[in-house]
Amino acid sequence: MAKTIEQKVKPGRAKYEVPESELVVALAGNPNTGKSTVFNALTGLRQHTGNWPGKTVTRAEGSFSFQGEKYHLIDLPGTYSLLARTTDEEIARDFLVEGEPDVVVVVVDATSLERNLNLVLQVLRLTRRVVVCLNLMDEAERNGIEVDAKALEEELGVPVVPTVAVRRKGLERLVAAIAKVAHQPGLDEASRREEVREFFAADPAEKDRIVRATFAEAERIAARCVRTSGSARRLDRILDRILTSKAVGFPVMLLLLAAIFWLTIAGANVPSSLLADGLFWVEEKLLIGMNAIGAPAWLTGFLIEGVYRGLAWVVSVMLPPMAIFFPAFTLLEDLGYLPRVAFSLDRVFRKVGANGKMALTMAMGFGCNAAGVISTRIIDSPRERLIAIITNNFMPCNGRWPTLILLATVFIAAAFPPSVGALVGAGTLVGVVLLGFFVTLLVSFGLTKTALKGAASAFVLELPPYRKPQLLRILYTSLLDRTLFVLWRAVVIAAPAGGLAWILANVSVGDATLLQAIVQFLDPLGRLIGLDGVILLAYIVAIPANEVVVPTMLMAYMNYNKLIEIESTQQLQQLLVVDHGWTVLTAVCLMLFSLLHNPCSTTLWTIFKETGSKKWTLVSALLPLGIAFLVCFLVAQTARLLGWGG
Amino acid sequence: MKTLADLKPGEEATVVELTSTGLTRERLQDLGIVPGTRVRASLISPLGDPVAYEVRGALIALRRPDAATILIENGHENGKND
Ligand SMILES: Nc1nc2c(ncn2[C@@H]2O[C@H](COP(=O)(O)OP(=O)(O)O)[C@@H](O)[C@H]2O)c(=O)[nH]1
Ligand SMILES: [Mg+2]
Repeated sequence: MAKTIEQKVKPGRAKYEVPESELVVALAGNPNTGKSTVFNALTGLRQHTGNWPGKTVTRAEGSFSFQGEKYHLIDLPGTYSLLARTTDEEIARDFLVEGEPDVVVVVVDATSLERNLNLVLQVLRLTRRVVVCLNLMDEAERNGIEVDAKALEEELGVPVVPTVAVRRKGLERLVAAIAKVAHQPGLDEASRREEVREFFAADPAEKDRIVRATFAEAERIAARCVRTSGSARRLDRILDRILTSKAVGFPVMLLLLAAIFWLTIAGANVPSSLLADGLFWVEEKLLIGMNAIGAPAWLTGFLIEGVYRGLAWVVSVMLPPMAIFFPAFTLLEDLGYLPRVAFSLDRVFRKVGANGKMALTMAMGFGCNAAGVISTRIIDSPRERLIAIITNNFMPCNGRWPTLILLATVFIAAAFPPSVGALVGAGTLVGVVLLGFFVTLLVSFGLTKTALKGAASAFVLELPPYRKPQLLRILYTSLLDRTLFVLWRAVVIAAPAGGLAWILANVSVGDATLLQAIVQFLDPLGRLIGLDGVILLAYIVAIPANEVVVPTMLMAYMNYNKLIEIESTQQLQQLLVVDHGWTVLTAVCLMLFSLLHNPCSTTLWTIFKETGSKKWTLVSALLPLGIAFLVCFLVAQTARLLGWGG
Repeated sequence: MKTLADLKPGEEATVVELTSTGLTRERLQDLGIVPGTRVRASLISPLGDPVAYEVRGALIALRRPDAATILIENGHENGKND
């Protein structure tokens, strides 16, 4: 397979596996200029977008057709320049120089053209096959910034196309310009690789001269092409002054987080029970159907009580909260608030030898720790990046939110009157995140003082302008990308896990079922840390994906003594508390374990790929697991000493 | 000589020299912080550090020790202007 691809590609492209029959278009540009938005609009794919620098860190590829020809589009990571020596710049530079793209589209931010022109001018030294996509024209207009695209075209000598990528404005013209440049003859220069090599070989003084000359040129061009009237970004500055002020900054941060959790808990209640009703109604019908066709009891048991019930649980418990949580969080991301969080918290991270950008990679971890680990590429210092990778686990991911939300709802919120229940639940979840944050700081500090000694490196972070969130797009992408993705992963793993639980519960060894035997074996260890054998078993089953912890656990409990179906929170409480002796201590320890324990196998694999080190991968797995056991042990023992909970 | 770290919010100055080396220097240059660039301190983090500066139409946050490697001249009060 790989061979045939290699045979079809140009020598320079072999490394990138780009077929020769397609015209290759690379999207370059500063971070946060709308590259991924353009990419998505042209290819119909859904690359992660958001208003903070550094969220696209891998090269995404897709294709589109225009006038009978196929174009292979590559979304490069954002770069301020091609001359620095960091991972992102390297990926972009390598591809521009060695991937031999037919066209390079440089996406620039019309609201800060001068800065963006630096990269354009650098790219123009490598190749003349360039189209400038002058994006964010709506923002420019709103801020009284006028850009003369014609004059800019004259200055640069390549097509300049004004666009509003989120509204697909100007994209047909962009595609036409790409096609034109792709077919323009005589644009290839042999010297481009030399240019880059020369720069890196130059002495510091010469480099400085080159950089200054490029910016001087950018200033000159911007002076001719940009006219600013009124007060650019006055509103942004006012908002910034409030959101990062001493008095309001941190309370607002916590309130926003709490508001999202409150919305999630309060809003998910009704749809969750409706879904459960519906799905268990279907189960009854399925049972009747199975009986009607005379299916053997073991098959009915395996398929309905095992596989189907597992799926139904995952869907009804996980779908509604996820469908609220992810869009709400994406909204914050799109607004441009996250970099302000990094800005506000950097001092704290610096104190423990880490980097404020960790606030961004941690926020990514909220979605998925594997994605969080990849996003640490925005951190320049290898030492700080490794810290960010190892600690990313302490931000609960997609797969763990359902467990946490469920426990906060069923055990903590339910102990209060309904009027304040959701608030208490939300407060609990904020507490969990804060705890994760403190553990992150502690572990970072520990690593800085031991295995990863070193001083804090430079911290340079751009605070992007606030942007009006694209509500419909947010709903669409966060539902499709995150919610359905999580659900799909849960379903794919929950179905076999459900089946497995059923088999374990129905195959006997001696006078106990396999399930009882395993659970009995694990039980003493579980009790020691405030949990039980079933929960530990669920965590073993859930090594590939945390999503299945709750379904596996419930399935095991239900099969343990053949319980009927469960339809509501009350019945869930009945199952856990009355039938299986859960206490608030069990719930607390489970929340702690869920927050702290080892990352899933996907994340570990990602860590291995990113660090290239077995040692650090092992540390990333064992350190959290050890911390989880230790913390749960201490909490359980202390609580028991004080006479709280069994 | 004064450095960028001495600039109070609302004050503006011109960059004279970068004294940093290596990656830090490259990062600053990437963002257009080179001799001759006008820079304005705009926003202080709630914990006092870092500070965000307006540079070429963008808002860039720098830590104090990094800002102290950037030499500036004729910083003057300009608090009322935007
Ligand atoms: N108002 C406006 N926002 C845009 C436009 N293009 C992109 N955005 C928003 O800008 C942010 C950054 O876009 P993204 O595609 O992720 O940028 P990238 O970092 O270059 O890939 C997102 O919040 C987009 O919704 C545009 O033309 N107008
Ligand atoms: Mg992107």
